[in-house]
Amino acid sequence: MIETAGVGAAQDLEIAEICARFGNDRHRMLDILLDVQEARRWISPASMDAIAAAVGLTRIAVEGVASFYSFLSLAPKGRVTIRLCDDIVDRFAGLDAVVAAFAEELGIAPGETSADGAFSLEYTPCIGMCDQVPAAMINEVVAVRLTKARAREIAQRLKAGIAPGEAVLPGFAELGVQERVRAQVENNIRQAGEVLLGPVMQDRGLQAAMAMEPGAIIDAVEASGLRGCGGAGFTTGRKWRFAAGTQADRRIVICNADEGEPGTFKDRVMLTERADLVFEGMTIAARAVGALEGIVYLRGEYRYLLDHLHAVLEERRARGVLGQGFDIRIQLGAGAYVCGEEGALISSCEGLPGEPKTRPPFPVTRGYLGFPTVVNNVETFAHVARLLDQGPGWFHAMGTERSHGTKLFSVSGDCERPGVYELPYGQKVRDLLALAGAEHAAAVQVGGPSGTMIGRDSFDRCLSFDDLATGGAIIVFSSQRNILEIVDYYMSFFVHESCGYCTPCRVGNVFLKKAIEKFRKGQASDEDITYLKELSGTIIETSRCGLGMTSPNPVLSSLENFPLVYAALTRPSKDGVKATFDIQSAIDGARGIAKRRSYIFDKDFSK
Amino acid sequence: MTGESFVFHIDGVAVTAKPGQTIMEAADAAGIYIPRLCDVEGLRHQGGCRVCTVKADGRSVSACTQPAAPDLKVENDTPARNRVRRDLVEMLFHEGNHLCPICEKSGNCELQAMAYRLEMTVATRFPYLEPCRELDASHPDIALDTNRCISCGRCIRASQDVDGKGVFGYVGRGIHRRVAVNGADLAHTDAAVTDHAMSAAVCPVGCIIRKDEGFRVPIGSRHFDHGLIGHEIEEKRE
Repeated sequence: MIETAGVGAAQDLEIAEICARFGNDRHRMLDILLDVQEARRWISPASMDAIAAAVGLTRIAVEGVASFYSFLSLAPKGRVTIRLCDDIVDRFAGLDAVVAAFAEELGIAPGETSADGAFSLEYTPCIGMCDQVPAAMINEVVAVRLTKARAREIAQRLKAGIAPGEAVLPGFAELGVQERVRAQVENNIRQAGEVLLGPVMQDRGLQAAMAMEPGAIIDAVEASGLRGCGGAGFTTGRKWRFAAGTQADRRIVICNADEGEPGTFKDRVMLTERADLVFEGMTIAARAVGALEGIVYLRGEYRYLLDHLHAVLEERRARGVLGQGFDIRIQLGAGAYVCGEEGALISSCEGLPGEPKTRPPFPVTRGYLGFPTVVNNVETFAHVARLLDQGPGWFHAMGTERSHGTKLFSVSGDCERPGVYELPYGQKVRDLLALAGAEHAAAVQVGGPSGTMIGRDSFDRCLSFDDLATGGAIIVFSSQRNILEIVDYYMSFFVHESCGYCTPCRVGNVFLKKAIEKFRKGQASDEDITYLKELSGTIIETSRCGLGMTSPNPVLSSLENFPLVYAALTRPSKDGVKATFDIQSAIDGARGIAKRRSYIFDKDFSK
Repeated sequence: MTGESFVFHIDGVAVTAKPGQTIMEAADAAGIYIPRLCDVEGLRHQGGCRVCTVKADGRSVSACTQPAAPDLKVENDTPARNRVRRDLVEMLFHEGNHLCPICEKSGNCELQAMAYRLEMTVATRFPYLEPCRELDASHPDIALDTNRCISCGRCIRASQDVDGKGVFGYVGRGIHRRVAVNGADLAHTDAAVTDHAMSAAVCPVGCIIRKDEGFRVPIGSRHFDHGLIGHEIEEKRE
């Protein structure tokens, strides 16, 4: 990075004070920008100049970060920003009526800010509330199970000048930190398993670990067979061994709480109910690899959990189980799904745009600020604490041959009992659906959009790394749902969330989305099916990170498991023109200019 | 890095590499051309365009960033690799507005040259995105037409690492990610036409345009009129 101040940096005491609070450290850029956003409600060019001057970067470097994250705005936002969760599950649960109610009451459409600067209304991808839809964020406050009437009521209170917390939940101000969390959002724990959601003894795993040599801790974690719970399933013990075995002055342990996969919300429940266990697991990891610094990367959508998590950390420090050498800070995200990818997450922690890093080197050897870094999922750390307490053999005995222990499943969509289920690995999809009251499911999205869409003929498949690997999202769709509408939505999600670093993911996903739109309009031919497969193949093969390598999955898995949906919508291409070319929409513009119809392509051109 | 050099294979040809060398660096030295757009000699590797994607022991990797390793089997110049590369080059054509017949860079353009090398000869299947970004002609010596930008980031790295200025940077995300300048426009930056970032070798396409030198070299006598892109590297081969 260049050591020059931004051009024309004006004196701005408030911004100077915010930057100073973070030591004028460019690596804390995301914190600085979030605070400026909160204070000013946008990141103006003058603010970027001032920040650039304070931290010693160019303005374009600051703008690169500010323009990357959805929760940072380069145009003024309202004092209250209402972010409506635009997930497909919310749409199917009546999002449109809720949006209409807010829009009508506030006099603005989604994407707009009211003229008096009071309100902004916008859409945001999945905020992790799929079990209580439709949901929205009102500033940092979460409102769930919205209806038209409730939206109207909240909007009216907001218009009367009532603060978001009170507007959503009267009496909010009187509640304690933890009470607020539980008042805003339901846990919906439907099935507590033996490891995570059943009774847990506090700090027992840490006590066991303190009595062990670091190498022995890694041995125990490896012997348990624990694999990462975020989706990729890398063996946790091996990851730690790499980090511990790399010569370095500093090592870092990061907890990935950027739970952004649409349809997953189990980390939300873990951070609400088992935050202690997660921090305990991080502390054990720190001892095992020799780290003194821990970071929890909390997605911006879970801002409502921040005070609660700080309180838990403070309480652990007071008890002497944290802050004696190893300590943890919370890095808040700002609306970017790609930051769940470990390299992008590290970039984001470093104050950069959330772009994945070139591999190799891998984070375990060169991660955060170039130091060996262990990144594990919320659920993984909690498992670590439990298996150190109960012993690796106990953990290893649960599950299947290659997938040990239990797994948290976030079940949502068309089912009677949406919520979190803790089950040993190896359950049949059918059994989980029965538990959730979803026996009549027509399609299930296993693992969220980046996972696999299966039909009834696959409900006997097993939820494990050997068969259907998943980070835990199970989204149920009834026979009333339009498969292509779902696929179309998921592709729009990936288009929105691609970081744009590499060509195939940045551009290819846009093309895939357009091709699906063509099917939905009934303009596709058989050749378009080949086109979808070939384009998907190129994106998967050449993308730089896991986002692009999995983004065509909604298309490919629906093509494989629901081929008739596509076949029913194709027709032979007319006129002998190129398959992807739609002559009618192409000449529409010309019709308008000429103010008449086409001699060739309109049957009765005189009309 | 130090250490013994070792041998690996690209399309069956034995290539010698030193520890720390990327597949592409070793290939270049051996006279084997691996197509690339965002990578250029003298600048940090980015691995963004993905045109250099090869199969290394069956795994797809970008040759410009992947370290060579002893006994690695690399698949480079095969119909399957080149088909995927053609897809990527077509994506870049369709993402921007690349009208070769009216572009000053025609004949010197690496994107155009890559299309020829990869035999992009039949009509493409992708839709055109037709961006409409404002032309920045504010600077007395340089004009910027980012509608022709392929987001390779070579100007960003050249300005930062060679010129020590940081005139350019990426802004935005996803399909909206683009190259922008460190100020309201190029005239409000410390850009100079003598910067390495502004030289003809850095921008592979017709995005960074030096004023007053257009068409000095006539079409027909331009760089890629004398041979396919990569021929200088291939001619090194014994």
